[in-house]
Amino acid sequence: MSRKSFNFPNAMLALGLAFLYLPMFILVIYSFNASKLVTVWAGFSTKWYSELFRDSQLIDAVFTSLQIAVSASTAAVILGTMAAYVLNRFGRFRGRTLFSSMITAPLVMPDVIIGLSMLLMFVALSSNIGWPQDRGMLTIWMAHVTFCTAYTTVVISSRLREMDGSIEEAAMDLGASPLKTFFIITLPTIAPSLVSAWLLSFTLSLDDLVISSFVAGPGSTTLPMVVFSSVRLGVSPKVNALATLIILCVSLAAFIAWWLTRRADRNKRAAYQMMGRDQ
Amino acid sequence: MTLQKLLSPNWRELWLSLGKRTVIGIPYLWMLLFFLVPFLIVFKISLAYTEIAIPPYSSLFEYADEALTIVLNLGNYLWLTDDPLYLSAYLGSVEIAFWGTLFCLAVGYPMAYAMARAPKRWQSALLVAVLLPSWTSFLIRIYAWMGILRNNGLLNNLLLWVGVIDHPLTILNTNVAVYIGIVYAYLPFMVLPIYSNLVKLDNSLLEAAQDLGARPLASFFKITLPLSKSGIIAGSMLVFIPAVGEVVIPQLLGGPETLMIGKILWQEFFNNRDWPVASALAIVMLLVLLVPIMFFNHARLKELEESA
Repeated sequence: MSRKSFNFPNAMLALGLAFLYLPMFILVIYSFNASKLVTVWAGFSTKWYSELFRDSQLIDAVFTSLQIAVSASTAAVILGTMAAYVLNRFGRFRGRTLFSSMITAPLVMPDVIIGLSMLLMFVALSSNIGWPQDRGMLTIWMAHVTFCTAYTTVVISSRLREMDGSIEEAAMDLGASPLKTFFIITLPTIAPSLVSAWLLSFTLSLDDLVISSFVAGPGSTTLPMVVFSSVRLGVSPKVNALATLIILCVSLAAFIAWWLTRRADRNKRAAYQMMGRDQ
Repeated sequence: MTLQKLLSPNWRELWLSLGKRTVIGIPYLWMLLFFLVPFLIVFKISLAYTEIAIPPYSSLFEYADEALTIVLNLGNYLWLTDDPLYLSAYLGSVEIAFWGTLFCLAVGYPMAYAMARAPKRWQSALLVAVLLPSWTSFLIRIYAWMGILRNNGLLNNLLLWVGVIDHPLTILNTNVAVYIGIVYAYLPFMVLPIYSNLVKLDNSLLEAAQDLGARPLASFFKITLPLSKSGIIAGSMLVFIPAVGEVVIPQLLGGPETLMIGKILWQEFFNNRDWPVASALAIVMLLVLLVPIMFFNHARLKELEESA
């Protein structure tokens, strides 16, 4: 066994993981560097963190980004649930092919194309019907909902496909209306996928730079836009401090999610074992 | 009978069909308005003239003196063929995306293979480990490499200290840095589809091949590789298509020699404020990507049918 574990794929996996994590590790270490020169170590210091929290432009951008991410992923989960339900439960209808390709296309469309086309549409709308009057959080929100819906639909769709349709049929045979069946049977069953779809679009929205840059207005700067403009001028330890906080949050969230699913799996397995014993 | 039905319509059925239409209609209209219509507008504006106005382009239709005049300006497209910059940017993007995808595949396939062979209880943790970096910020992961690859950065300091080189290598702001950035940023998108394909692979096929005397390498090339083809295609498209339109990596890690179409479009739009040329660039980029996108959709649909 131990002889078998030293082979080419395993070595590549170890190297690949090192490649993925080493740069982030270095980023975290240098966020505690006292020197402004990112490459020279001049002792431990947390001054970049306190400077980060004093940067009001950056703090504002964090709140703008969080507001957009929360509201956009909530809307994207609602639209994605509807789209996934339509694609998996309604059979054929007119325009289904167009619908399914519109839903999957944003997954692989380059951000510059989505951003440019959204902006041009907002400009055309505002010059023809006067709405939206100016670009800002609302236009960023609409753009984010659109591309996040593609991802949420894929995640929720795969759960809906796995789900046993006979329970829904049984509920409807017993007289429940489709709406009631959806809320009592379907929704609780697919709920875990709604949570993961929400989290996925939350990170996508929080991370988006290109699309936001196109559709943003003067008063609405998101966090990636602030980071991009400071990073373009060169390396700055304040960005390292910000990166460390982001990595910390994401790791914590991922660990909690992983631990919860593991526990749920264990409980399920335990339940199956109990059932086997009872029989 | 028919008259009775006409007089007392089946309210329940009417209500149901109305509900069904609403559920289809809301996401349908959203995607039409915010995804499909914008493309038509991009196409329309790619045929307009640049004007110093708000918005900075001319309108195609003019109605005056009872005459409708339609002015289509093909100049933007001709301009793209006139200036060799654009052609070399398209070619440069495709070339960088192609080699970046191959590097991702060369690193990602063995990783996915090892993950699929790992003990079952490790697999979910390994999957999280590979995906975790992509949940942090894309921008910050690219930024991390700026500090490593600089002339006085960590990599050069390390190599100087070891004594491999005696003067710093210029890596940042070259295409080498762009390749590193693409592999780093897109590796998880290559590993994930290949892993989910390999993990479903039926082990009894490999055992049968072994029983019949095939060497491990032969059974890999005859069985595992062909059966993971759809994962390889999906992963490659997930890397190639966004890499062609990449904006951030060429701007932060690339240099003047890095000609990529996403960067040119960005500059054309934000620096030159030439919306019609930027639109024409986007339309041509879409045409370049149409074949890979259709390829991807086809592979995805096939996979959906197989699982259904």
